[in-house]
Formats: sequence, C-alpha cells, structure tokens
Amino acid sequence: MLLEGLARLGRSGLGVLARLGRGHQLLGAMLLGVGELLRRPRLLIVQIFNVGVLSILIIVVSGLFVGMVLGLQGYYVLSQFGAAESLGVMVAASLVRELGPVVTALLVAGRAGSALTAEIGLMKATEQLSGLEMMAVDPVRRILTPRFFGGVIAMPLLAAMFSAVGVLGGYFVGVGLLGVDAGSYWSQMQSKVDFDQDIVNGVIKSVVFGVVVTWIALFQGYDAVPTSEGVSRATTRSVVHGALAVLGLDFVLTALMFGD
Amino acid sequence: MGKQRVVEIMVGLFMAAGFVALFFLAMQVSNLSAAVNSDGYQLSARFSNVGSLKARAPVTMAGVRVGRVERVEFDTQSYEAVVTLRIQAEVDTIPDDTFANIFTAGLLGEQYIGLEPGGSLDYLRDGDEIAYTQSALILEQMIGQFLFSKAGGD
Repeated sequence: MLLEGLARLGRSGLGVLARLGRGHQLLGAMLLGVGELLRRPRLLIVQIFNVGVLSILIIVVSGLFVGMVLGLQGYYVLSQFGAAESLGVMVAASLVRELGPVVTALLVAGRAGSALTAEIGLMKATEQLSGLEMMAVDPVRRILTPRFFGGVIAMPLLAAMFSAVGVLGGYFVGVGLLGVDAGSYWSQMQSKVDFDQDIVNGVIKSVVFGVVVTWIALFQGYDAVPTSEGVSRATTRSVVHGALAVLGLDFVLTALMFGD
Repeated sequence: MGKQRVVEIMVGLFMAAGFVALFFLAMQVSNLSAAVNSDGYQLSARFSNVGSLKARAPVTMAGVRVGRVERVEFDTQSYEAVVTLRIQAEVDTIPDDTFANIFTAGLLGEQYIGLEPGGSLDYLRDGDEIAYTQSALILEQMIGQFLFSKAGGD
C-alpha cells in the first residue's frame, strides 16, 4: 500500500522530468533548424502573419483600454496627492515595464498559442507529421521552427504597439477627459522614463515571453496524445502553462532588472 | 501568388508598425531624445548637503531649464558633495559669481538646481566651478529648527 503510493509518486516525478527533457530536446531541435529557415524565409513570413498580424486588432484594442483605465485610476490616486501632473509617468512606466510585455504575452498565449497547439496537435493526430517524416522531411525543422521564430519576432513588436497605444489611451483620458496639462503629461514622462532602464528592459522581457509562450504552445501540440481528447487537453494546458510561466518569469525578470 | 503577396505586404506593414511603436516609445516616452543631446559644457559645484538630488535632475535659471545634473559624487577630502552640471551650449553667459541653490519642486517634489546670476562680467567656462552654493533645505531640519525656536521664544 505504502509502496504503491511511493511508486505512483516516483512515476509522476519521472513523467514530469521526461516531459521537461523532451521539451528541451524540442527547443534544441527547433533552434538547429535556423539555417534551413534562413534559406526559406517565406515560411517565417507566413508564421509572423499568423501570430503577429492577426493579433494586431486584439493587442491594439486591449492596449487602448488598459491605457485609458490606467489614466482614470492613476488620476484618481495621484490627484489625492496633488500630483496629477505625474500621470504620464505612471501610465508610461507601468505600461513599458510591466503591462505591455505581460498582457501582450497573455493575450498572445490565448489568441495565437492555443491555435499553434491545436494546429500541431491535429497534424500529429492525423499523422501529417509522420507523413512528412516518411518523405524524409524533418517535421520539426519544416513545421515547428518557422512557427517558433515567428512568435519570437512578433511578440516584442506587439508589446511595443500595446505600450504605445496605451500611452495614447492614457493621454486621451488624462488630458482630454480629466484636464491634466498636455505639456506636463509628456515632459514628466520623458524626464522620468529611462530608455535603458525601462524601454530596453521591457523589450528584453517581451522577447523572453515570446520564446516561452511559443515554445510551450509548440511543445504541448507536439507532445499531445494523438486523439481529439488529447489535443483539447493539450490546448488547455498550452494556455494555462503559458500564462503561469509568463507571470512567474515576470517576477524573476523584474527582480533581476529592478530589484536593487 | 496573389495571396502570398498580400501576406508579405501585411507582414511588412506589421513589422514597420512595430518598429514605429518602438521608435515612438524611445523618442516620445523615454528620455532618449534628451540623453542624445550630450553637448554643452560642464560646470561643477560643491555642496555640504545635496539632499536627495539625483543625476539627470534639471538645472534652471529663472525657472527655465538650461541643463541637467550629470553626476553627484562625494569628495573624501572635504566631505562635500561635488555635483557636475551639464549646461546647454547656447547658455554661455553665466556670470562667474552665480549662486547655485538646491530647490525642491513643490513640498514633496523632486529636487533641482536653481542658478541665480550675479553681476560679474566674467563668464563661467567649461570645467569651471561655481563658488557660491547653498545646500538643500532638509524639511526635517527646518521643522526641528522651527520647533526649537518656538520653544525658545516662549
């Protein structure tokens, strides 16, 4: 009885380790496909279209609303201290440092990551991947590598759009609606938001999130049980694991970047 | 072929929009546009206490920004703070008996350096030191002095 429990614990532990190992193997194999990808840039362009262009609408609309909410909430708090002029700093710093990269990564995990998992999982379930292998085409290099790099390239660009639109949204609410002075909105923002400290660190964050979200999405699809139930579970796991990884890594990265 | 072309154009637009957004963040939101402008000339000033003055704080004359604080260092010999200022090149007629004060913007605002021009006809040049300075007003010290003088008066 006790031994059975121990054995079950050991089995699940070994299963987790094996999944981790397969995940890293897949990452390595995808990275090794770079050379081939450079010879076929078309494949990459199609994937940037799928992940990036098709996500623009949701990113821009969310960015606008997040910026407008920051404008309202920030004004409410700051005006209590007579510092409503600092609204621009608050909106821009929180967008560029945190909300831009994180919310973009969560949205991309939901919008594009789940689609990637379902696509790869279905390809596996319908044995298209094995078919490619039969034709001596490496499915990882041909199918997964372009999707991976498409996501990694699209993520920082989407995050930059999110932040930029959010700053404008905060401007509309703060300056247009609540009457903060337009000059101090921009000038305080420019004097307090640092390029190296804030913008570059935000871009680094979103590149890391791009790697993690697409990697998890592709691995869940590639590792899915090849049945319809397996694919549906893999899609759920892709979004859940992606979101958890983004939030956890965000804490680690923030502690490393702004901790001291 | 037609569809492929559309996809390529859309991706091109997407990449361009992403870089425009990054450029907007760099130039309009952050201080990169101000940091690039590192010309002008340096002055230094010694203060016995700089309060919470930080690098990149504004340097103003008559309320107009004429430069920035480049760095704040501690002199181990004289136990004073040495503040290096970078003044815009156009502002080249600061008299050499100018007074440098550390002011606070608002009651709890950030600290900045205000220059009050003297009457000398000789101007400060690159590398010169401002001789007349007044330290930051530390709010706690002022309150302490105020309470002390009140107590003494009664």
